[in-house]
Amino acid sequence: MNKQFDILAIDDEQVIIDAINKICSSEGYRVDSSIDAKDALEKLSKNSYKIIVCDIMMPDIDGFEFLEEIVKRKISSPVIMTTGYSTVENSVKSLYNGAIDFIPKPFTADEILNSVIRGMRYSDVQNKIISSPNQQDDSTIIYVPCPAKYFRLGYSSWAAEENTGTILIGVTDLFLKIIESIEELELYKLDEEIVQGNQCATLKSKDNLVHNILSPVTGRIIERNEEILNDVNIIEKDPYFEGWLYRIIPSESEYELKQLIPCSSDRF
Amino acid sequence: MIRMKMMVTKIGSKLILVVGITALLTIGIFSYFNIRSHSSSLLAEVEQGANQLSETVIHSTRYDMLLNQRDRINKIINTIGEQPSIRTVRVINKSGAIIYSSHQDDIGRMVDKNEESCYACHAANKPLERLPIKGRTRIFRPVPASPRVLGIISPIYNEESCWQADCHAHQKSQTVLGVLDITISLEEVDKQIQKSEMEIIIFAITAVIALSFIISFFVRRWVVKPVNELLNATNQVGVGNLNYTIKDRRKDELGMLARSFNNMTLKLSEARMQLFQSDKMASLGRLAAGVAHEINNPLTGVLTYSSFLLKRTENNSELQEDLKVIVRETKRSREIVKSLLDFARQSVPKKNEASINEIIDRSISVIENQLTINHIKLNKNLNTNLPTITVDANQMQQVFINLIVNAADAIGISGGTISISTALISLSPYGITHIKKAICPKRHDLIDNEYKIDGMPSIKLKIISSLGEDIVHFDPVYGRNHHLSKINELKGDAKVVCPLCSCSLMEENLKCPQCGSQVFSIEIPSQGKFEACTSRSCGWQRWDAVDNEGKREYIEIKLSDSGCGIAKEDLARIFEPFYSTKGQKGTGLGLSVIWGIIDNHNGTIKVESEINKGTTFTIHLPLKQVR
Repeated sequence: MNKQFDILAIDDEQVIIDAINKICSSEGYRVDSSIDAKDALEKLSKNSYKIIVCDIMMPDIDGFEFLEEIVKRKISSPVIMTTGYSTVENSVKSLYNGAIDFIPKPFTADEILNSVIRGMRYSDVQNKIISSPNQQDDSTIIYVPCPAKYFRLGYSSWAAEENTGTILIGVTDLFLKIIESIEELELYKLDEEIVQGNQCATLKSKDNLVHNILSPVTGRIIERNEEILNDVNIIEKDPYFEGWLYRIIPSESEYELKQLIPCSSDRF
Repeated sequence: MIRMKMMVTKIGSKLILVVGITALLTIGIFSYFNIRSHSSSLLAEVEQGANQLSETVIHSTRYDMLLNQRDRINKIINTIGEQPSIRTVRVINKSGAIIYSSHQDDIGRMVDKNEESCYACHAANKPLERLPIKGRTRIFRPVPASPRVLGIISPIYNEESCWQADCHAHQKSQTVLGVLDITISLEEVDKQIQKSEMEIIIFAITAVIALSFIISFFVRRWVVKPVNELLNATNQVGVGNLNYTIKDRRKDELGMLARSFNNMTLKLSEARMQLFQSDKMASLGRLAAGVAHEINNPLTGVLTYSSFLLKRTENNSELQEDLKVIVRETKRSREIVKSLLDFARQSVPKKNEASINEIIDRSISVIENQLTINHIKLNKNLNTNLPTITVDANQMQQVFINLIVNAADAIGISGGTISISTALISLSPYGITHIKKAICPKRHDLIDNEYKIDGMPSIKLKIISSLGEDIVHFDPVYGRNHHLSKINELKGDAKVVCPLCSCSLMEENLKCPQCGSQVFSIEIPSQGKFEACTSRSCGWQRWDAVDNEGKREYIEIKLSDSGCGIAKEDLARIFEPFYSTKGQKGTGLGLSVIWGIIDNHNGTIKVESEINKGTTFTIHLPLKQVR
């Protein structure tokens, strides 16, 4: 192990590697880069990185195959996916396969930076849980996994089917723990259409970072949780019940829920 | 050899061969029996004649016999024997001696009882005394190569006057005194039979040849020609020319085959057009995806660097202003690429709840720049209270973009106005409901895809009256009367029938409630009965199943332009595939695809236009889908 890095950026375009390098270095992160997935895997076998930023469309091994390989090799570094072909399918598939975030290209400096910072914290949280599974100390973060009948999109949002055919949408506890504290919440209007894998709400944390919440399902908003707009703390207190964001009429829930991770698989 | 084989394998040649053989067989058998009966009747006639002659000879010599005047008898026999057809006349006595003969040398000669002429009676030990006429005649050839001869033997019976005559030559106990043997040459009869045989054979051959020629003429006309035309058409379709139609308008089965072939190629070309369209969209999608990926990478470079620079220069307000422009415009490019991707990605049609106004706005945003360049003003008058509607948003966007592009093309570069308006309207089914299926009582399909009225396949009906027959192409829109027909008014005994089976469609017990004329009806599968007045000027129609559903709500979208307009003769055909008024500029697919999409949503699209004033397209989309 020669040099310690924080971030591994993988992209077949040098300009993007340079941009990520520049932006993240300005925040004090040490960035290593690979021009393709093969080289990245070699580097991963030598060094460890806190997070990985990876492009989907790459020659030889693409982003999805790279994700599979990471899971196979039990590399715990969280992966942020980016792509120029930013479709709902790509976004949802990335999150389903284990990526923690999906940023469509082209992105701004803030967008990549916020995602990287969240990734860093995610990495920290995971490490704390793994390093101290049984002993309780002050640094331990306890997060509540989502209820068994819920479905989640990556680790950020959840969806729960209701008996009436409508679907409730909210933010996971892990996501809230990672952004630490909410300062502001911005919701979409009633009757607006939200699309799976696309932005559906914006959270601003106390450190002035803006976080986009991606919607787990497609549908039309029929009710907003007005109480959380008055008191954002409700979300943090009870993210899975009192702290829901929207009630929507889904358009294709049957198909879309299959693309999500069932929360029952989180239990062990 | 191969040519011969080909000749035999052809339908026409086979038919001619079969018909020829059949004709030959029937005429042959007929001729055989005809000749047989003809010759036997000729022979019977000769036989009859010979018998009569024998009787005459016996009776005319009778008196001389009694007087025993041999010279006179000889004279009579000679005179008779001189007739050309009579070969010999002989009188043979009981002991077998020829006592009189037309040939003088024969007189006195003994006749052998085993000779042919005697055999009939003398075959048995005791000579027969009475024989029917058949047994007494014989046909033979005296010398093998000579003409046939008919011989007849007439017994001379003993009578009272014979044994009482002075000569006392005969005793009372004798039954038969002798026989008269006459032989007649059959040369003439044989010639006649031969002649009629020849005649019949010549007739048979000519009949078979003539029949073959007639059959081949009609086979060529009715079978070979249309089959060749069909073959040619299938070859044309085989090499990809789906626009080829058979012009054959005959009414027989091959004509029906030709029509159904035309219909099939029409359907095929429509399917191919759709395939072509979706293929085009798919390749456009792939292209857009590739372009998006390629453009998004350099755009990322611009956006990340500019936004990063923006972050780092927070205290330099002058620089900030300029950088903000770069960031803003790059973000705009990002949105354009995204909408391009959204537009291209529509391979799978999906119907969802959507707002028509939003779809129109999105369509406009795609082509807004093009309109501005051409100095085209866009007037939007969208009803904000429109409910959402279940449509394929992408397909609808394609419809609006196509219509707006068409409108812009019609206006040209000199500038003009395009107006789009939406409204919620409620319409009664009368005047707008499209009859898509119609059958006669015998379940024949009445929909004619060849004749379209305003883009919709018409209903084909036949009118039979004392003036003759005619085909009417009935307007498939309930309550609208744009029928295509040569006759304007149906009078008196006129009847509406199915064009295929000619079964009546008339409602005998029903009179039009408006004008009292007769009423006919058509069955609409699973949607009851459609009734209409036979009087064209009245135009009364009734469709209970649809009327009972009451008024329906529609979203109406009107798109007008101030362009060059569409000529009246073109107006009826603009929704047909490959019909284009743009010359080389368009494919002629746009409006037919639009029509298909609207029809798929159970909606209707109408067009009104005036040359040099502009064109208006009106789309009606039902709010709720029925069935």
